[in-house]
Amino acid sequence: MSATALPPTAPKPPMLPKPVSRQAALVLTHDLVNAEYRHLVLRTDAIAAGAAPGQFFQLLCPAPPGEAPFLRRPMSLYGADPAAGTVEFLYKVTGAGTRGLATLPVGGRLDMLGPLGHGFVLNPAWRHVVAVGRGVGLATLGPLAQQARGMGIGVTAILSARRPELMLSDMLFRRHGAEVLAVHDHDGTSAPGAVEAMLRRLIAAGRCDAFFTCGSARLLRLQQRLAREFGLPGQVALEQQMACGLGMCFCCVRDFEVGGRTVHKRVCWDGPVFDMLEAVA
Amino acid sequence: MTPGATGTDMRVRVGGLDLANPVMPASGTFAEGLDRVVDLSRLGAIVTKTITRELREGNALPRVAEVRGGMLNAIGIPSKGVAHFLGTTLPLYRAWGVPLVVSISAPTAEGFASLAAEIGVAGVAAIEANISCPNIEEDGRAFAMRAGSTEAVVRRLRAATHLPLWVKLSPNTGEIAEVAQAAEAAGADALVVANTMLAMSIDLATFRPSLGNVMGGLSGPALKPIVLRQVYQCARAVRVAVIGCGGIASAADAAEYMLAGAAAVQVGTATFLDPHAMTGVIDGLDSFCAAHRIARVAELTGALRPAGGSHPATPAPRPADAPQPPAPESPTPESLTPESLTPESLTPEFPAPEFPAMKPPALEPNPA
Repeated sequence: MSATALPPTAPKPPMLPKPVSRQAALVLTHDLVNAEYRHLVLRTDAIAAGAAPGQFFQLLCPAPPGEAPFLRRPMSLYGADPAAGTVEFLYKVTGAGTRGLATLPVGGRLDMLGPLGHGFVLNPAWRHVVAVGRGVGLATLGPLAQQARGMGIGVTAILSARRPELMLSDMLFRRHGAEVLAVHDHDGTSAPGAVEAMLRRLIAAGRCDAFFTCGSARLLRLQQRLAREFGLPGQVALEQQMACGLGMCFCCVRDFEVGGRTVHKRVCWDGPVFDMLEAVA
Repeated sequence: MTPGATGTDMRVRVGGLDLANPVMPASGTFAEGLDRVVDLSRLGAIVTKTITRELREGNALPRVAEVRGGMLNAIGIPSKGVAHFLGTTLPLYRAWGVPLVVSISAPTAEGFASLAAEIGVAGVAAIEANISCPNIEEDGRAFAMRAGSTEAVVRRLRAATHLPLWVKLSPNTGEIAEVAQAAEAAGADALVVANTMLAMSIDLATFRPSLGNVMGGLSGPALKPIVLRQVYQCARAVRVAVIGCGGIASAADAAEYMLAGAAAVQVGTATFLDPHAMTGVIDGLDSFCAAHRIARVAELTGALRPAGGSHPATPAPRPADAPQPPAPESPTPESLTPESLTPESLTPEFPAPEFPAMKPPALEPNPA
């Protein structure tokens, strides 16, 4: 918006459709995926269902018994289908907000605000990209595979988790045509050295035009190092505690290295997807 | 836009400004991001995040914590400085065609004065001096803690600007009426009462303070009864307009503040939960006035009746041309004479906040 050109007496701009909606979305399905993760599918308006991979919503979670979450909770997108009018989340129950979310029955309503923030950007010139995710970060990367396939870009997904049974999104990535390399803590395959060897092989094979990552500072640092060594671009989806979600309160800042200086950027407004090389892991 | 949907005259005159309605954001809870959700041209005014002369990074993380019925923040006024404000923020914010109030802060009285002079450019309707910040000339005590330091800084500000001067007081003082009188005596055109209240919480998982700055400001519904009392005290002590600010989330909250003496209200934390909170308060005040047969929202200001008695404030419906009923025992504006509408009958329209969950009003479900 280049409103700088507007003189102080400029007529008011016509009210445009707002790109963010607040609505009481209908819970279509709400399933336990495994001991820790839940999959929530909601019927939403067209604005929400048009959310892009990497964007997020601010959810007003119901109060679980004995607790009173006050603020909205940011939740990254796991899937959005404009044709079906649906939005999906994959989440882990970790605090008062997600404990409340877990109580939502099918047929119930969830107050959601979004889509918010900037998502991943895929360059049509790329032939093959690598997505490296860990834990709940895998949920954020899932929709990227679908978008990449739609653009004819191949995806190799390195999915890191403590144990195979906690592996998320494996099916989602495979369904969208991604090559999946699952690594785990229990057998040592998720160690940074092992993942680095995997990434070097992909780079050498010309299958890594860009990195996409979410969910692990350690894996972020590894990819930053390789990106600098090979001159590759990358994007990282970051998390931070938030209040407003609209860039107003400056609660969710993180450090970034830009032009040799450390600067604060708001995860909700300037991100949550950032240039991987600027992020301070 | 002036008459509300039900015909209420929503205009108010506050601290040298004519506003289309009495609702505006609290400083620090507004930025252009809200434009993605809300029609900002509906607001009575826009109040900027506090700007400072120097660049400020803000406080260490975490900057926010939840408490029952509210939140704590210790953001630390990150600021990109005056040049960024004049070059980028001001042109952008003018586009909504709403009076723009610029919140400023400085560590010294002279700093306040020079900043006020510098930002007094075309497009700025008023200055809001955030004097809750530490005064480095008084060992870091906030200016607004004492009447003497308040009077000194407001006097310097008054001499430095011809713009309407609003002074934002702190609730962290035991002498808020004296501070209010000092600000008025020094030339303030309006008082914003109040700011966040100094507070703290501890994370029992780590035994550490929840906030990186250890202490922070409490906002949200938990703050409302305290600041409502302070607005009442200030409004009785001064002649200039008082703008209520503390835990307002609904039209019912705003109406309480106006009855206590506020000429206008600022909505802050509620916008984080419901981006439509401010427009909801505007529409709700309009309906509230209509239900109470109040023609002008400004009539609510200071219309508090004496304690005691159970006489309802609103009279029974009557033909518009019927003779006025006899006045009640206390002096009451005629538009607030008794009627049969009981407080209970208003509850569906103005539900009490669901403490402790404090959810925004229910939404229209989207079509399933």
